[in-house]
Amino acid sequence: MTENILELKDISKEFSGVEVLHNVSFSLRPGEVHALLGENGAGKSTLVKVMTGVHQPDHGEIFLNGQPVKFTDTRDSRRNGIAAIYQELSLFPDLNVAENIYVGRQPTTKTGRIDWRRLYDEADKLLSSLGVNLDLRKKARTLSIAQQQMVEIGRAFSINARILIMDEPTSSLTLNEVADLFKLVRRLREDGTAIIFISHRLEELFELADRVTVLRDGFYVATRSMGEVGHDDLIRMMVGRTITNLFPKQETAIGDVVLKVDNLSRQGSFENVSFELRRGEILGMAGLVGAGRKEVARAIFGVEPATGGTIQVNGKRVTITSPEQAIRLGLAYVPEDRQIHGLIPQMNITANITLPLIHRYAVTGWLRERLERAAAYRAARQMEVRANNMWQNARELSGGNQQKIVLAKWLSTNPRILILDEPTRGIDVGTKAAVHALMSKLAAEGMAILMISSELLEVLGMSDRILVMREGVAVGIFTRAEATQEKILWASTQTISTGTVTGVVP
Amino acid sequence: MTVQTQTVPRTHVLFTIARFREVGILLIILVLVAAVGLRSPSFLTVANFRDILLNISILVIVALAQSMVIITKGIDLSVSANIGLTAMMVSFMIKQYPDFSPVAVVLLGMALGSVLGIFNSLIIAFGKVPPIIATLGTLSVYRGLVFLYSEGTWINAFEMSRPFKLIAKGTPLGLPNMVIIAIVVAVLVYYFLNHTRTGRDIYAVGSNPEAVQFAGIRKQRIIFLVYLLSGLACGLAAVLWASRFESAQTNTAAGFELQTVAASIVGGVSTSGGVGTVPGVLLGSLLLGIIQNALTLIRISPFWQLAVQGLLILISVVTDSLILRRIQTRGSPRGGQMGGPQGSRK
Repeated sequence: MTENILELKDISKEFSGVEVLHNVSFSLRPGEVHALLGENGAGKSTLVKVMTGVHQPDHGEIFLNGQPVKFTDTRDSRRNGIAAIYQELSLFPDLNVAENIYVGRQPTTKTGRIDWRRLYDEADKLLSSLGVNLDLRKKARTLSIAQQQMVEIGRAFSINARILIMDEPTSSLTLNEVADLFKLVRRLREDGTAIIFISHRLEELFELADRVTVLRDGFYVATRSMGEVGHDDLIRMMVGRTITNLFPKQETAIGDVVLKVDNLSRQGSFENVSFELRRGEILGMAGLVGAGRKEVARAIFGVEPATGGTIQVNGKRVTITSPEQAIRLGLAYVPEDRQIHGLIPQMNITANITLPLIHRYAVTGWLRERLERAAAYRAARQMEVRANNMWQNARELSGGNQQKIVLAKWLSTNPRILILDEPTRGIDVGTKAAVHALMSKLAAEGMAILMISSELLEVLGMSDRILVMREGVAVGIFTRAEATQEKILWASTQTISTGTVTGVVP
Repeated sequence: MTVQTQTVPRTHVLFTIARFREVGILLIILVLVAAVGLRSPSFLTVANFRDILLNISILVIVALAQSMVIITKGIDLSVSANIGLTAMMVSFMIKQYPDFSPVAVVLLGMALGSVLGIFNSLIIAFGKVPPIIATLGTLSVYRGLVFLYSEGTWINAFEMSRPFKLIAKGTPLGLPNMVIIAIVVAVLVYYFLNHTRTGRDIYAVGSNPEAVQFAGIRKQRIIFLVYLLSGLACGLAAVLWASRFESAQTNTAAGFELQTVAASIVGGVSTSGGVGTVPGVLLGSLLLGIIQNALTLIRISPFWQLAVQGLLILISVVTDSLILRRIQTRGSPRGGQMGGPQGSRK
């Protein structure tokens, strides 16, 4: 048996009472590409952060070359040869390539002056040993994402990393860039570097990885050799659950088409997306992060207007170029990131709820606070917001209650079409069920709901129909009856390159 | 979309300006010099240019320090009050002990200025107070201390020793000392920012504050340092100021912080951090100095000075933010996805 370079034993980690890793074990051998696989929220990122010292495990042990270790921070893990490349790159846009590799550790002469010659020589040697061709004097700001990744990899190897963690490195690369990256990864593997590779694109893992470890809901599922598992096996291992009554979907009468989108496109984001949304219907939008779902929603709501195609609301063709206009047409959009787009944390509950309709309570130019308060109170009651009083600042509330306020805010505009972007991300199970129940109730009352969700179970549990997107293209629509987790995962993870997309694989 | 294709050529122009910021300012300076020279012949004389250099020396010293602060995404508004307080303390001392060595006076001024700078450092680096608030506070505190310390009085020329007055204006090396000191400071700062690790760390901190810890840079120490250096520069500037104008008053250097910020920003230092060069700041200071001089020569009310200075800042900042937005939307293919509030169109 090959000796493990890194081994994690029975790692547990909880955040404010919620356990996100339960006795997870993981081992890594030198010279292997080890894929880490799991749905969103399965605990992959947390596990990586435990390895890099960002988080310390509550239980369990980490062994590096057989020796028990404890990392207090990222510097600590880097010193021990562990480097991670995250989705958000950590380069300095105003420094050049060579400097980015050695920043904070530039070679100096005896007098403390930076030895630029040696800096460029070493950077040159390093990058050519990696087979990377880059202008060392170019500012990082001007590089493509792929090139920036190469610089990050260069940085990792300038500290002699023996373990390289790559978190979804391919999610924003073109096919050619992915091929280059893979070439590099294989080369590193041959040199004995151990690589942990996180990706949702199963094809990539089959192409590149030697072994795979699957996590689900914070639990360790299995570690397999890539050669002995198939596509379906992996999906089953990732999903492997049954739907409970977390999703109280009511049967509703589906009515007329209220929103019709034809060949909607926005340059660089998505193209030719068409679908219909009916009264009383919940249309789920599934796909990987970056598939273009959010962009479609934002285009319909006029935040980043479409550059091609048509939108019809209630059978009338409209051009929506601003959210104000969308609101007038009876649309409401509940964005994913409550902290950034949905709430004004410094304002109190009342003000947050009445924000989009403030003009309604200020008919003569003066805000009529009694009206405002009454309306906000009604909406908060309906949503069962838990707070001390209506003057409490939104910031002080829990994530679930914040989400309820965002919902209350938009429901107070009486929309006919509600767009929900990841409505239950990061909120507890109880609130989740409440939000789902509310969605169901609203749909039963005739509201048309477009729901973006990266949580498969939510999509399956709540949607009447499911639209799957991949790489900016709508690749299939499933009815509630025919949709299964496997089908949707399959549709959203197939790489476009494998052929023209004519239909959806069963 | 048509709107996008129209903006492409403009992008190129902006990029050129961004890359050759120094060239742009130089051109403006040349045009200005030619125009003013035509209207007022006394402008294009050696004596007048000596005057301009003399006038901007103090500005250069403090603007360079201010630039380092701005490169880290900060700002130091307290520089004027620091200069006022230090000048007052140094002048009182020279009144008391007229025989004090000029070199020692300079060192003392720098020490006093540094102490005042360190207060900013502590509040910002460790108290985590936003720089604009912290230095606005110390601005008032230091100016208030000037009044308390001097009890409303001032120091006049006759109360100052001759060696002290010669610190700024003496010409043992051909040029006035003050100009030489400014040149030395510029060379030192240039070397520091471009050829030492700490100098590069200053750019790194401003360029991506979230990532510096991964690069093993201690952000707190860099922040601490730039406000300390700003104080140090103010201390030096204070001695030169008192020596040059042969007085220390309660309102010495009042409003000067705006000039230093203007010189930095006009010189291409970006308020969003990470960008700025010493030659740029020198040119920015020179441009301000020439405008000030020219307005006087062609007999335009000095009241215009402030307005012109403000206008220059606005033009620079607007150009910068336009360039920055272009670069950001262009530089990242994920632009749409990152969207965010600033990315959305109004």
